[in-house]
Amino acid sequence: MAWVTWRQHRLTLAGVVAVFGVAALYLLVTGLPMHQAYAAVTGCRPANSDVCQRVVNDFLRTYAPGVGVTAGMLQAIPALIGAFAGAPVLAREFETGTFRYAWTQGFGRTRWTVAKLAPIALAVTVAAGAFSLLFSWYLAPIFGAGDNNGPLYPTVFDLSGVALAAWTLIAFAFGAVAGVLIRRVIPAIFATIAAWAALAFATGAFLRAHYEAPLVTSNPNIPVGAWVINQGWFKGGSPASLDMINQTLAPVDVRAVTPELFQPGPATPANLGDPVLYLIQHGIVEWTTYQPASRFWTFQWIEGGWLLALSLVLIATTVWLVRRRAA
Amino acid sequence: MNVIETRGLGKRYGGIWALRECILAIPDGHVTALVGPNGAGKTTLLNLAVGLAAPTEGTATVLGGWPAGSASALDGIAFVAQDTPLYKSLSAADMLHVTRNLNRRFDQRYAEARLGELGIPLKRKAGEMSGGQQAQLALTLALARRPRLLVLDEPMAMLDPLARHDFMATVMAAVADDGLSVVLSSHVLAELERVADYLVLVSRGHVQVAGAVDELLAHHRVLTGPATEADRYADRLSVVHSRRGAAQAHLVVRTNATTDPVPPGWQAHPVSLEELALSYLREPGAAALPGPARAGDDEREEATN
Repeated sequence: MAWVTWRQHRLTLAGVVAVFGVAALYLLVTGLPMHQAYAAVTGCRPANSDVCQRVVNDFLRTYAPGVGVTAGMLQAIPALIGAFAGAPVLAREFETGTFRYAWTQGFGRTRWTVAKLAPIALAVTVAAGAFSLLFSWYLAPIFGAGDNNGPLYPTVFDLSGVALAAWTLIAFAFGAVAGVLIRRVIPAIFATIAAWAALAFATGAFLRAHYEAPLVTSNPNIPVGAWVINQGWFKGGSPASLDMINQTLAPVDVRAVTPELFQPGPATPANLGDPVLYLIQHGIVEWTTYQPASRFWTFQWIEGGWLLALSLVLIATTVWLVRRRAA
Repeated sequence: MNVIETRGLGKRYGGIWALRECILAIPDGHVTALVGPNGAGKTTLLNLAVGLAAPTEGTATVLGGWPAGSASALDGIAFVAQDTPLYKSLSAADMLHVTRNLNRRFDQRYAEARLGELGIPLKRKAGEMSGGQQAQLALTLALARRPRLLVLDEPMAMLDPLARHDFMATVMAAVADDGLSVVLSSHVLAELERVADYLVLVSRGHVQVAGAVDELLAHHRVLTGPATEADRYADRLSVVHSRRGAAQAHLVVRTNATTDPVPPGWQAHPVSLEELALSYLREPGAAALPGPARAGDDEREEATN
C-alpha cells in the first residue's frame, strides 16, 4: 500500500520537498554571509571592550532585522504544508468519487486510510524537522551576539527545535480531518489554514507564556535573550500612567514620550545618568514579567508534546470518521 | 446461496427514505437486472450491498450470509460505481498496480491480456481515455480481482451503443467462464433484456418485482380484446395494468399457468420483459414478489397487493 500512497501523492510530496528546498536555499544564501560576519564578531579582541561592543551592535543592526523578516515569512510554511498536503488526501477522493472505488477494494477503508495518512504525516514531519535544524543554524549568530529577542520569541520559537515539526504535523492533521468532514478540497484547505492559524495565535499569545510560571523582576536589566511577556511601570503597587512618570521627571526636565523613550530637555543635569534609575529612586518601578532563554528546550518539549498528542487524536478521529461515513 | 439477501432493509437520508422495507433474496449464478426509474433507490440499494452505506433499519447480507461491508464481503465482491471512478492521473498500468496492492487476489495476466485485446495502451492515463475505455478499464480491474459477485451501478450510462455492446460482451464472457454472479442496475431495460435472468424492479424506494425472468415471463401475459369487455374480465383476471383505446383494450395480466383459458374474443401474447417492467412501474400498488426465500428453496408464492 505504500506504493499506492506514493504513486497517488507524488506531486504532493514533491511540493513539500520543493517548498522546504526553496526556503532552505534562501536561508543558505542569506545565512552564509551572516555567519562569515559573525566570525568577525567572535574573533574581536579584546572581548567586552567598547570597540568590540560596537562590532557586536553593528552586526545586530545589520542582520537582525532581516532575520526577523525571514522568520515572519516562514511562519506560513507549516500551515501551507499541512493544508496542501493534508486536506486533499481525503477530500479529493470524495470530490472525484474515487472513494467508491477505494472503499470497495478487498482491504477495506480503515487500512486504506491509515496507509494513506501515516506515510505522508511522517514525510512532512521529517522534512519539517530537517528544515528546523537548518533554521537553528541560521539563527545561531543572532542569539550568540546577544539580540534582545531570544529563542523564545514567538516568531522564531515555532520554527526551531521540535516545534516546527510539531506545528507541521498538526497542520496536516487538521487537513486530514477537514478533508473527511468537508469533502471538498478548496474549502478544506481554507478551513485547515484557519484552524491552524487560530491555534498558533492562541498558543503564541496566551498559552506558551504559561508553560512554566513566568519570572517577575523589577531589575531594569533583564537577562539577555529573555522573552518579555509584560512590562509596565508601577508606583506603590498600582500601574503608573505616563502623566505620573512625567510629573516625577519634571524636576530634571526629562520628558517620557513613551514608557521606553525618554527625551532630555535643555535643563537636564549633565550627570543625570539613566532616567530609569532616577524613577526607581523616586518610587516608580518597572516590573517585567518574562521567561528566561534557559527554558527554551523545556518549552519546546512541552509544546511539541501536546501538539503531537493532539495530532494523533485528530488523525485517529479522521480514521474513525472514515469508518462511519456513508456514501 | 444468495448473493444478496436483505431483510426489512431501509435507508434514510435526512428526512427522506431512499429505500424502505426491502426484502430480497437474489440467488447466485444469475445475471440480475436491477431496474427502476431515476431516483427509485437502485444506487442506494447497491451502496448498501457493497458496504458504502450503512442501513438505517434492517440488514443486508451478501455471499451467503456475510454482513455487507465486512472484510469477507469486500473480498468477494467487485463494485464499479456510476461514472466508473478511476484515478484520472494514473495510467492503466498504475491502476492495475494499485488494484493489485489493495486486494488479496488479482489476476495480472488476465488484466493485461484483456486490456491488450481491447486496445487500451497500458501507459495511457485514465483521464485521457474515452468513456468507453474508462468503463472497460474499470470492468477489467473488477474482473481481475476474481470476485464471486460483480456489482455494476449504471455502468453503461455514458457509453455509446458499440461500447455498450463490448462492455456486456466482456461481462457475459466472465459469467460463462467463471460462473460469476452479476448484479447490474440500469434505467434502460431494453439493453439488459438479452442478458438478465433475474429481475428486481425498484420504484419509489420499494421493491415491486423480484424473481427469475423466465418465471416472471411465464406467469404474465398480454391479453388484447374489445374495450367494452375489459371491465367484465377485470375481476376474474389479475390485471397488473390495462391500457384502453377506443376499440381495443390491452391488459397485462398475471396468470398461474400458461394453460389458463383465454376469454373468447380475446388474444393472448407473451409479454416482453420491458413491457412487464413498464406495467408494474405504472401501477405503484402492484407487486410480484417471491415469498420468504430459504437457500435452495425453489417454491415461490406470489403476493398480490
